[in-house]
Amino acid sequence: MAVAAGEVFASGSQELHVLAVDDSNADGKIIERLLKISSCKATAVESGIRALQFLGLDGEKHSGYNVNLIMTDYSMPGMTGYELLKKIKESSACRQIPVVIMSSENILTRIDRYFFNSIIFLLHRV
Amino acid sequence: MDVVSQLQRQFVDYTTSLYREGFVDDQYTQLQKLQDESSPDFVVEVVTLFFEDCEKLINNMARALEQQQGVDFKQVDASVHQLKGSSSSIGAMRVKNVCVAFRPCCEAQNREGCLRCLQQVTHEYSVLKNKLQTLFRLEQQIVAAGGSIPVIE
Repeated sequence: MAVAAGEVFASGSQELHVLAVDDSNADGKIIERLLKISSCKATAVESGIRALQFLGLDGEKHSGYNVNLIMTDYSMPGMTGYELLKKIKESSACRQIPVVIMSSENILTRIDRYFFNSIIFLLHRV
Repeated sequence: MDVVSQLQRQFVDYTTSLYREGFVDDQYTQLQKLQDESSPDFVVEVVTLFFEDCEKLINNMARALEQQQGVDFKQVDASVHQLKGSSSSIGAMRVKNVCVAFRPCCEAQNREGCLRCLQQVTHEYSVLKNKLQTLFRLEQQIVAAGGSIPVIE
């Protein structure tokens, strides 16, 4: 998942800020490194809850961080990547941010069609 | 042969054996490529995080499997799935292969099978940890002796 993720990016003139959500610390670090090599600013968090906190969607004031893209693992304890996606799309402040969900399983059938056109799937090389 | 060359030779032989014996695969090579002067300890840092993840997940599996009232196989499976993913990401091939065999035991709710797999995964993790720590120590020795770490294609 981490290696496939690196291939998504082309470097633009402005530095993209990517929020990476993964409960595996090792995977999170790899994704962070790939993003930095691709000239992106990267923030790695370890859960959907932390991601919502970072985005300022947990009831606290908006954090002011400008995130251009969210990359999240699908299966995480607590909040799955899909549940995180739903929360983001429910928020007027953040719904424009594209979300990429990464999974090694076939999860298409679990995703509501409504969100389909805002998701890109990357398949994990397992 | 001077000290640096000897150490470098040892390093190359040891690394080659790790690949040959299936402890690591090409994904580990990819990790090396992400390391450079701006991130000189990247591989050690990622591998250290991986070992921490392993310990946590193995403990989760052990706790779930020792529940006398009834094992939550979904929970065991979730941990195995995660370990499979992490071990894939860093190229820990043997650990990953045990995870692949582990999941059918979870699906079949086979407690004995799961316990055997848990034992195997714990073993593979310990062996890998030892081997990589030996490798990292070799690297440190090479650098301390003023040499550079050979790049293995």
